Amino acid sequence: MRITCPHCGERDRREFYYRGAAVDLERPAPDAGEEAWDNFVYLRDNPAGVTRDLWYHEGGCGAWIVVTRDTVTHEVLKTELASEAKS
Amino acid sequence: MRFSGLRVLKEGLTGNKGWTPHWRDPEPKAEYDIVIIGGGGHGLSTAYYLAKEHGLTNVAVLEKGYIGGGNVGRNTTIVRANYFLQGNSEFYSHSLKLWEGLEEDLNYNVMHSQRGIINLFHSDGQRDAAARRGNMMISQGDDAVLLGRDELKSMLPYLNYDNLRFPIYGGLYHARGGTARHDAVAWGYARGADQRGVDLIQNCEVTGIDIENGVVRGVQTSRGPIRAKKVAMVAAGRSGQVAAMAGMRLPVESHVLQAFVTEGLKPCIDHVVTFGMGHFYISQSDKGGLVFGGDLDFYASYAARGNLPTVESVMEAGVTLLPMISKAKVLRSWGGIMDMSPDGSPIIDTTHIEGLYLNCGWNYGGFKAVPGSGNVFAHLIATGQYHENATGFRLDRFRTGRGIIDEEGKGSQHNLH
Amino acid sequence: MRINGKGLIDRSKPVPFVFDGISYSGFEGDTLASALLANEQRLMGRSFKYHRPRGVLTAGSEEPNALMTVGSGPTQEPNVRATMQEIYPGLEARSQNRWPSLNFDLLSLNDLAAPFLGAGFYYKTFMWPKSFWEKVYEPAIRRAAGLGALSGRDNTDKYESAYAFCDLLVIGAGPAGLMAALTAGRAGADVILADESNRMGGRLLAETYEIDGKPGNVWADEVLAELKSMDNVRLMTRTTVAGAYDQGTFAAVERVLHHTERRPNGAPLETYWRIVAKRSVLAAGALERPVAFRDNDRPGIMTAGAVRAYLNRWGVSAGRNVTIFGNTDDIHRTARDLLDAGVHVAAVIDSRHDAPLSKDYQVLRGAQVCGSSGRKGLESITVRRPSGEERIHTDCLAMTGGWNPSVHLTCHMNGRPTWRRDIEAFVPTPGSVPGMSIAGACNGSFSTSACLREGIAAAGEALEGLGLTAPDIALPVAEDASYEITQLWAVPGKGRAWLDFQNDVTVKDVKQAATENFRSVEHMKRYTTQGMATDQGKNSNVAALAILADATGRGIPETGTTTFRPPYSPIAIGAYGAGAEGEGFKPQRFTTSHKASVARNAPMIEAGLWYRPSYFPKTGETTWRESCDREVKQVRDAVGVCDVSTLGKIDIQGPDAGKFLDFVYTNMFSTLKVGRVRYGLMLREDGYVMDDGTTARLGENHYLMTTTTAAAGEVMKHLEFVHQGLCPDLDVSFTSVTEQWAQFAVAGPKSRELLSGLLDQTLDDESWPFMACGQVEVLGVKGRLFRISFSGEHAYEIAVPARYGASLFDILIERAEALGGGLYGMEALNVLRIEKGFITHAEIHGRTTAYDIGMGRMVSQKKDCIGKTMSERPGLEEAGRERLVGLKPIGESRQLLAGAHLYNEEAEPVRTSDQGYITSVCYSPTLETMIGLAFLADGPDREGEVVKMVDHLRGVTTLCEVVNPVFFDPEGGRVRG
Repeated sequence: MRITCPHCGERDRREFYYRGAAVDLERPAPDAGEEAWDNFVYLRDNPAGVTRDLWYHEGGCGAWIVVTRDTVTHEVLKTELASEAKS
Repeated sequence: MRFSGLRVLKEGLTGNKGWTPHWRDPEPKAEYDIVIIGGGGHGLSTAYYLAKEHGLTNVAVLEKGYIGGGNVGRNTTIVRANYFLQGNSEFYSHSLKLWEGLEEDLNYNVMHSQRGIINLFHSDGQRDAAARRGNMMISQGDDAVLLGRDELKSMLPYLNYDNLRFPIYGGLYHARGGTARHDAVAWGYARGADQRGVDLIQNCEVTGIDIENGVVRGVQTSRGPIRAKKVAMVAAGRSGQVAAMAGMRLPVESHVLQAFVTEGLKPCIDHVVTFGMGHFYISQSDKGGLVFGGDLDFYASYAARGNLPTVESVMEAGVTLLPMISKAKVLRSWGGIMDMSPDGSPIIDTTHIEGLYLNCGWNYGGFKAVPGSGNVFAHLIATGQYHENATGFRLDRFRTGRGIIDEEGKGSQHNLH
Repeated sequence: MRINGKGLIDRSKPVPFVFDGISYSGFEGDTLASALLANEQRLMGRSFKYHRPRGVLTAGSEEPNALMTVGSGPTQEPNVRATMQEIYPGLEARSQNRWPSLNFDLLSLNDLAAPFLGAGFYYKTFMWPKSFWEKVYEPAIRRAAGLGALSGRDNTDKYESAYAFCDLLVIGAGPAGLMAALTAGRAGADVILADESNRMGGRLLAETYEIDGKPGNVWADEVLAELKSMDNVRLMTRTTVAGAYDQGTFAAVERVLHHTERRPNGAPLETYWRIVAKRSVLAAGALERPVAFRDNDRPGIMTAGAVRAYLNRWGVSAGRNVTIFGNTDDIHRTARDLLDAGVHVAAVIDSRHDAPLSKDYQVLRGAQVCGSSGRKGLESITVRRPSGEERIHTDCLAMTGGWNPSVHLTCHMNGRPTWRRDIEAFVPTPGSVPGMSIAGACNGSFSTSACLREGIAAAGEALEGLGLTAPDIALPVAEDASYEITQLWAVPGKGRAWLDFQNDVTVKDVKQAATENFRSVEHMKRYTTQGMATDQGKNSNVAALAILADATGRGIPETGTTTFRPPYSPIAIGAYGAGAEGEGFKPQRFTTSHKASVARNAPMIEAGLWYRPSYFPKTGETTWRESCDREVKQVRDAVGVCDVSTLGKIDIQGPDAGKFLDFVYTNMFSTLKVGRVRYGLMLREDGYVMDDGTTARLGENHYLMTTTTAAAGEVMKHLEFVHQGLCPDLDVSFTSVTEQWAQFAVAGPKSRELLSGLLDQTLDDESWPFMACGQVEVLGVKGRLFRISFSGEHAYEIAVPARYGASLFDILIERAEALGGGLYGMEALNVLRIEKGFITHAEIHGRTTAYDIGMGRMVSQKKDCIGKTMSERPGLEEAGRERLVGLKPIGESRQLLAGAHLYNEEAEPVRTSDQGYITSVCYSPTLETMIGLAFLADGPDREGEVVKMVDHLRGVTTLCEVVNPVFFDPEGGRVRG
């Protein structure tokens, strides 16, 4: 598996750490309520198909990357820096 | 037909002409009391215990492919009851007791082999954690023995005791742990359920769940609509898609876990052995293949296949821990779709929709739970009450923080369990 | 029988070798199989279940029968395919899965019991009595099963792993692969051409056809010579491309030294390659199908393609009196090759009614072979014709049921092959592996000309994808015969007809499975074990599928296929795991004091990837406890020195650093004064404790965070995530400086004395109070000093750039010893911290909250932080939670054990009455008793109560008093003193 780091270019999967769905970028306000926080921390869309998830270029530049990816075919459709994807 | 050695002899002498189907292939009826979505190990055992223990036989198991085609047919076959947290401990203990009578119960040889499991540890801290675990196992009524290096050397002489990167300090031995023939478990439950009148419907994909005013009414399938008073979702790695049909979002992320088998070899590993400093577990099948596995690939996936970094890290653990196996050749690698939950423990519960039940979140550990899971889930569906050995697997535990059962201590990141 | 004038072996180089203790001779270029056949040794193995005598079936890596054990001792290698093993002087091979000998195998009795051992028989019996499974049945089954044996000793062979990158990977060097590589090579692409054989050329080496008027092998050699001359082309012989993975990644294994007895110092036996290719061409050829008929498994019965390969490539006739059976023109090709070589062809049995006739040999049209005889080797076959059955004497039957394209790699990424009616075979579905083009026989195109043509086309497709221009290349002239086939899966009749030779799966077994409703192809496979042998069904799956389709009244496409999964052919675990042997499993990290610690005889123990000293034994000390107690006393009474460099150190800089730290820590750091240190607690977003440590403010915009040794990597990832993912607008950056600084704890009442004179400044409470930090010069070296303590004593941590660590360590030891102190190791460090109730990851094990460890008040209510909201969930704060306490033994037993559980004094020690567990224990030389840290239900509310510790595993029960976890100096006077 190969992933293109926006900084470093295409690299082997071994350089990356996987965290989970990119929903982790959408942190609710502290008072958003139980449901919002349950949705953020625990519940997942878990799609069989295109998903956006978070990878960390641990063995490289240290960038957190949002990877748009197909969970059925493992095709990588898009990668972008988490710091830019959010805004 | 009752299976026995005598029957095998008789059939052998008469040309093996008398064998009959292990289960029927019925057309789906228009309505059932209970529809179970998912014909894997858990779905089949749920159907079996509904029929056997609760007399509920107007039941259909809907399977989109062939029965037993999910994780029950692609795991490393380990059966154990060595958990250390309340909630898990009593459940797996219950499940192991069901395993111990399973052949007799099902009249099917699932080859449950209580050959013993040894979890190795490699530091003082790991020894303390193993002791905490072993003490819980004994206090639950199960067996555990703490082994030192010398005892291990006589039991497992082939391990690397001399130049291992993380030396072996000892092991936690669980004598009643072992393995079983995974496919046979699915088939045995299928046959048992079928004999009691349950309809096993293969090649029948559920495409919708019918809900009216908060009450479940049935399902839509690739073979037409089926009405049902109760619907049970037991779809393992596919739980997210099934629950989505009922408008639910689950605390589950699906991940690929690979497993491996080597060419057949004469007996060389008599137990199940796990490595403590890298996720690695190995046993030898009765056919002679070394069956082993390790970590997830760690990325969400429905592909049921993995990639090389995990393959290598598993093999690396094998090579360092059991230097003799490096000559064994890997015959096949495959993947299963794991329904990873955020505390590593399962969910067996009702839902906010009346008549709709949920059983998922088995992480790596679904196979050994097959008897227990079906047993307690059947109890919940039939009686509306939690089984005494499965009160902790609540869907709302994450929201409330009450009764989170996190054996790995890794928290809400799904792939770390 | 060796045939003069045939074959590509080197007859000037005879090679002696040994099989089952008997010496034989072959020639350089021979495989074990070809050399044994040349010596007319047909019996080469025994089948798995019935222990039937078996000879070689094929001439390639798909061989199911002729598996042998090569070598002995630690490097003994089981299940070696005789068809792939090149012979070399000194080669010793043994047959396997037989006892006492290959000729006389007692377990061949199983064959007589075959009626009772059909598909799935074991699921129906061996259930009574229950206890017999583990004691009687299973051991007997295990002993009978299995093929070869591992040595049981540590494998001493070496393996290596490597990466390769290329524009184009061409898999298979037959006519299609050679043409593809040539086309791409001439276009300037970076090409890897890999082939599993020791010699490239594929079927060109096994057939007699010509290309451009030259023998095929000569043409292949010319192409190879040109490829070798190109810098942009790499040829990898003896290399099996075994798996296709995501984004153009392939696994391959190169058999580097299997063909020689020499093991040059350190050279690998095998190299495991990870090849990353922008594009690939699959030119893996096709595998010939046997035909199922009664007793089709006798030694001497083999595929027609194998018979031609042995003849044309190795100069061996597999028999002296050959019969040929099949359903394609290949049988005539076989007959002609044999006749040209002077081998007698007894009969050609062509199942096709319209088969061509020949002047040179007898053709039985519309006939089928329906049986064979010969106990340990073929003696005759029975042929069924419309006119009746006849027996023909023969010592070799060459059979063909057609060819299966090698679609395997195209299935590795879940691709499903497509059935082609015209060739009665599956072909790859285009697009199954992204970037892969398919050429030649593996695409169902069987003529030489078609292979060459498709090789050019596939390369052209790849070149286009690479943005390169395909060169003009002339299609070489070669045979372009059409492929005419009629279905021939199994010849009807009584008796057993084998499909999966190794696993002894017969046509009857598949039919029985269908009867028992194992109608799904996956069910049939799993029930009968069809296709689960070492060839993974390469020889038999399609035929078994056809028989299942027939038995269930479905067509082959509807019946579907099982999945081919990696590896294409078996790979040694040692190759995949190359480099991990022994201590190579994980990197080793050493502190700058490592050598000095080892020199003082300290046992070094693993701490993550680091090594740390356990204790420093002095002369006369005989147990670790003696040393540990002394080291603790030295710290409490004088001064101790300990290397703490392994703790994670993260340098944090930027105008928003304080604000950022407020967000990741539960407590405030923006208010911390420059020159001060604060203890911080970090939560995971789910509200549980992630890590703890001290963070120093070195400047207005500059902090230095300390993490635990274990969590350093996790914390770094976490900080980067919180910054980049949650608050990218904050101006702050992080650098791990763990390895850049050597850091030593100097602890004890004489710590100040020890340091004075070493530094450029005087240490007094005013300028260096507890929790002060700052830059110092250490004997002229710029360093840092932190007045912090993990022992409860007046203590410092002194840091210098790592290159000065070793020398500073020596100086610190000398000074400590002069003051009546010395070094202390991990054991003493642990005692010192337990005495003070300080936590480690034994307590913050991922399931505890700030509330549980008594630090609930450290979660600031003035601000938000990671984990705060979730830590306020009702379940994480309510009564009944197990919380941190101290324990002291009070009864007869004084022993505490980590991992023991706690119960009320009178309760039964069972799960339902469990009250908690002990996490850390030690003997406290300071308090002269064992003490422990534990988690106890509602613990802090129960100080003074008596609880019972029970350790079932070690048979210890101890009554304990619940106490405050700070056992020693609870007021904290010493640390300030």
